[in-house]
Amino acid sequence: MTSPATGYNFAYLDEQTKRMIRRALLKAVAIPGHQVPFGSREMPLPYGWGTGGIQVTAAVLGQQDVLKVIDQGADDTTNAVSIRRFFGRTAGVRTTTHTGEATVIQTRHRIPEHALREDQIIVYQVPQPEPLSKLESSRAETRSMHGLAEYGLMHVKLYEDITRYGHVSISYDYPVMVNRRYLMAPSPIPAFDNPKMHMMPALQLFGAGREKRIYAVPPYTEVKSLDFDDHPFRTTRAPHCCALCGADDSYLDEVVTDDKGGRMFMCSDTDYCETRRAQGHVGPEAMAAE
Amino acid sequence: MSDETLLSARGLTLSFGAIPALVDVDADLWPGEVLAVVGESGSGKSTLLNVLSGRMAPQSGVVWYRDPARHLHDVHAMPQPALRALHRSDWGFVHQNPRENLRMGVSAGGNVGERLMAHGSRHYGQIREHAIDWLEQVEIDARRVDDLPRTFSGGMLQRLQIARTLVTHPRLVFMDEPTGGLDVSVQARLLDLIRGLVRRLNIAAVLVTHDLAVARLLAHRIMVMQRGRVVESGLTDQVLDDPQHEYTQLLVSSVLQA
Repeated sequence: MTSPATGYNFAYLDEQTKRMIRRALLKAVAIPGHQVPFGSREMPLPYGWGTGGIQVTAAVLGQQDVLKVIDQGADDTTNAVSIRRFFGRTAGVRTTTHTGEATVIQTRHRIPEHALREDQIIVYQVPQPEPLSKLESSRAETRSMHGLAEYGLMHVKLYEDITRYGHVSISYDYPVMVNRRYLMAPSPIPAFDNPKMHMMPALQLFGAGREKRIYAVPPYTEVKSLDFDDHPFRTTRAPHCCALCGADDSYLDEVVTDDKGGRMFMCSDTDYCETRRAQGHVGPEAMAAE
Repeated sequence: MSDETLLSARGLTLSFGAIPALVDVDADLWPGEVLAVVGESGSGKSTLLNVLSGRMAPQSGVVWYRDPARHLHDVHAMPQPALRALHRSDWGFVHQNPRENLRMGVSAGGNVGERLMAHGSRHYGQIREHAIDWLEQVEIDARRVDDLPRTFSGGMLQRLQIARTLVTHPRLVFMDEPTGGLDVSVQARLLDLIRGLVRRLNIAAVLVTHDLAVARLLAHRIMVMQRGRVVESGLTDQVLDDPQHEYTQLLVSSVLQA
């Protein structure tokens, strides 16, 4: 591990900013699913790369914490590596790629396959915190819709999807009701991950840097994906098993391997895949390579 | 105030700067009754409708509404959530321009179903069944349930708006020139339809129109407005056949006899 950079406060942000973010977090936890405005700061990375998540992580990180950062499930992509190294240098905290070892997990677009525990915090990077944004462009109007719990419009969108496609066509950022009260955007995680949010033992925090909103789902909170009684919510996953570890229950990435139509499916959660391979599970592709 | 009124207004006054839109207007509406408000442009008809429905606050005066449980509510003192809930369920509003009320990017079925879903309906099949049933009631072909409103004609749009408004069986509907901007044959058919629905479902309605023929066909009672004042009111036939106020006489005599 590199030694902490000098000249920066612990975890980059100054203490006043962290206090402000923590106040927003406390309010967010007290009202599950409610979007709390906060004074989002300029961070040394572009909007869309996780400015909201990185600020929330900075505010909750302690010296003893172990940090894991994933991007689309992978620990080894640019975004994940950069943010992990950022906190390694500015906070000097231990980092890991193992879901089980981490106490704080910052994620972009996935929830790890490995079930999370009570002593863990998962921080989501959120591009658009307002689930109604595509249906109602006025923020003043969506605020009063949240205030009065008027969510019929979201069901109109589901109705239209079923009418047109025979099923709800939302495959990611699938809207959920939190604690039977607030409609919430779960960030662009695949709908496959939605059931993992329900009654999760870990604390779930959401940060949207550009939109300056924080929201949260406390441990063991009801999170229900919107649906109709006669068209219940269903998760979808590619009908394959992982080419490397053979898992048939994980969310898969489709990887194009050549320009002749070659492709393989592999776990999007790299840590899950590696752990399984270390345990001796072998997928069809890996078997052929041997 | 009688014990039976559904909606009751007393002393409504509202002016826009120096222009009086409403001057000490009283109005009563009984369940199942259609009240027409007639007058020329700028006489305060639409303002009266907006004030009665709680969309606009008067400078003085009060509007009472009796809910199904017979409790009286001061419409303008109601908390916002209660008023919005009232507009979603017990009340309906039919605009002159259906495009204001409809979602043009959502199928006809979705448009009709929206109030049901806002109300808590969570069964796709039932919502769709209701939508189809209502399209048929307003004489739109059930096969058009999945079509977008922008493929509908003007008269169909207005009928779709009526279906969307009536699907929750409101007790009170506010209509602002529901037949305005439609050609005469379409108007006649629409009037026929509205008259049938209002009678069959026992809906009370406040109908704003500048067309005396519309008032004659639909309304039980009529209020004639001029410069924000009610100059004459009474049973429709009585007022139109034997107008007492000179302005009403002018209105009635100015209608072209076909």
